[in-house]
Amino acid sequence: MAVMNIREAINRTLYEEMERDPSIIVLGEDVVGGAGTAGGQEAIGGIWGTTGGLFAKFGGDRVIDTPISESAIVGAAAGAALAGLRPVAELMFADFIGVSLDQLWNQMAKFRYMFGGKTKCPAVVRLIYGAGMNAAAQHSQSVYALLTAMPGLKVVLPTTPADAKGMLSEALHGDDPVMFFEHKALYGVKGEVPDGPFRQRFGEARMVREGGDVTMVTCGRMVGFCEKAADKLAADGIGTDLIDLRTTSPLDEEAILDSVEQTGRIVIVDESPPRCSVAADIAAIVAEKAFTSLKAPPRMITGQHSPIPFARELERAWLPSPQKIEDAARHVLAFR
Amino acid sequence: MQLGRDALLGAYRRMATIRQFEERLHDEIKTGEIAGFTHLYCGQEAAAVGVCDHLSTEDLIVSTHRGHGHCIAKGCDVKGMMKEIYGRRDGLCKGRGGSMHIADLSVGMLGANGIVGAGAPQAVGAALATKLRGQGHVAIAFSGDGACNQGTTFEAMNLAVVTKAPAIFVFENNHYSEHTGVQYAVGTDRDIASRAEAFGMKAWRANGCDYFDTYETMRDLLEHVRGGGGPAAIELDTERFYGHFEGDPQRYRGEGELDRIRAERDALKIFRARVGDAGLLDMAELDAIDAEVKTLIDEATSEARAAPPPDPAHVAEDVYVDY
Ligand SMILES: Cc1ncc(C[n+]2csc(CCOP(=O)(O)OP(=O)(O)O)c2C)c(N)n1
Ligand SMILES: [Mg+2]
Repeated sequence: MAVMNIREAINRTLYEEMERDPSIIVLGEDVVGGAGTAGGQEAIGGIWGTTGGLFAKFGGDRVIDTPISESAIVGAAAGAALAGLRPVAELMFADFIGVSLDQLWNQMAKFRYMFGGKTKCPAVVRLIYGAGMNAAAQHSQSVYALLTAMPGLKVVLPTTPADAKGMLSEALHGDDPVMFFEHKALYGVKGEVPDGPFRQRFGEARMVREGGDVTMVTCGRMVGFCEKAADKLAADGIGTDLIDLRTTSPLDEEAILDSVEQTGRIVIVDESPPRCSVAADIAAIVAEKAFTSLKAPPRMITGQHSPIPFARELERAWLPSPQKIEDAARHVLAFR
Repeated sequence: MQLGRDALLGAYRRMATIRQFEERLHDEIKTGEIAGFTHLYCGQEAAAVGVCDHLSTEDLIVSTHRGHGHCIAKGCDVKGMMKEIYGRRDGLCKGRGGSMHIADLSVGMLGANGIVGAGAPQAVGAALATKLRGQGHVAIAFSGDGACNQGTTFEAMNLAVVTKAPAIFVFENNHYSEHTGVQYAVGTDRDIASRAEAFGMKAWRANGCDYFDTYETMRDLLEHVRGGGGPAAIELDTERFYGHFEGDPQRYRGEGELDRIRAERDALKIFRARVGDAGLLDMAELDAIDAEVKTLIDEATSEARAAPPPDPAHVAEDVYVDY
């Protein structure tokens, strides 16, 4: 086991997988950096630092800087995957799916089904997402709900370096399009990462802690927020089952339902606007499948039904917070 | 050069305002008080001002992530802008937008944009609106050399041509899109203007570090567009003096490049040299403008710092006009 952060885990996994499988290519804006400049290539290695060193090792045929053309980046990944490669396309900000949505939505996601199960489209799209940097309305969104809603895409959100490695590796061994969400505020999160080949299956939630009194279901950066809330509750002797979904598609319903059957009380936390969100989806599943176990209405803590604002005070108010989560947990616990 | 004294002094004042506004931000950002991503316009002053000096309030512009210069050139309130960038309640967009999303419809500035390439189609729509009103106004999309690689930009150029919209595509070629050079990213073996020509519109080229070249070229271009000649494009060869965003290590720059462009392609120095050589203005007059602008920027900054933050209770307002 080596200790590293999520950024390093992604970088090393890309490196190791590219060494293993010559059909893996990487493409995106500034994934190399410096193309066509006097300063020369490898000027940046991705603005998030996740693709550094790949160009030097694997060369320009496999590590490709693109112009600012998200529709073409994702479309090229779709085509390359149909033609037998394993492209890893980077969208520097997940918000840019707006520019490339057709290639994700009507193309990649649908090929296999539409073509009668004859094709595979093993493309990985890395999407850097999330609020917390005051990057405002067009550079802060957590657009995973939109892609989770699309049959044909797998949606993955690592929150630890080990999961980042395990799930990126899983994506690069599988044959379906995978939307790999990297939270910009989690890149520095450190943890132990298994050495050598290591894969984490999709659809298997991570039980972050078991407490038995209240269930918290969440993903991404909100896992850490929930841990803070659960610590506060623990100080009062309240035990939390904290579930990190890891993947929203496929969804580990069983982990959620098993916990709710025991606790009867659930708070769902989601860094997205509330309507048609992953939180709303899970609330519906719980209402439908665990109705008789529930002792309180499910409670959702989400962003606001508004774009994400710029000012620090507003962004903070927009987001869920450990305090709001803790209050919600106390609310469902007090419900009679 | 047919510009009168007032026009010359005004042009210098606007360019100096952009320069000092951005230089102040460059310093203030280091204090950590300003949040988010800030893309500075320094180096490109002659482009924004040389274009916008031809426009009235009814002429419309759409801007980019690097939009402060366009805002100032089009007449946005500098203090309101500064407050917006500080994320204050009384900022031009109530602190909701920040540096990348400043808009001021009252001066015909339809908005800066964080999505590269999003503006060009909007300018075509705005141009169709001005065409329908029939008063000879135009709509301008500012785009970078990077934005010209988006499909949206291509579609917008073609749409403008087929609808004969009075749309103008201003391509500010500062040679970089983030860390990537234009030589790599723009595949035509000629230039960006030739792309516009390929779509069937007239295109011009000018030195975007020289106010006079930009201004005079724009005069010809606008004569064509306002005269009903359909859309047009201009490629402005310009420079960005700072990093892509504040904090960029700029490893893609060549050795001595920044010193060279500051020495040879500084829009303010070039302006001073041109009006000085022609005996049009006294350098003392320009120094006086610099001092006045400094006072304005000092005030804008201290007022922004002292201004109240937005009230979190209003976070989800203004999503709809009516809901
Ligand atoms: C759709 C989209 N893709 C990528 C980005 C990230 N990005 C912001 S600015 C920029 C470079 C833009 O280059 P250019 O158009 O030349 O403008 P400049 O920054 O030089 O002013 C990139 C890639 C973005 N904001 N939006
Ligand atoms: Mg550029």
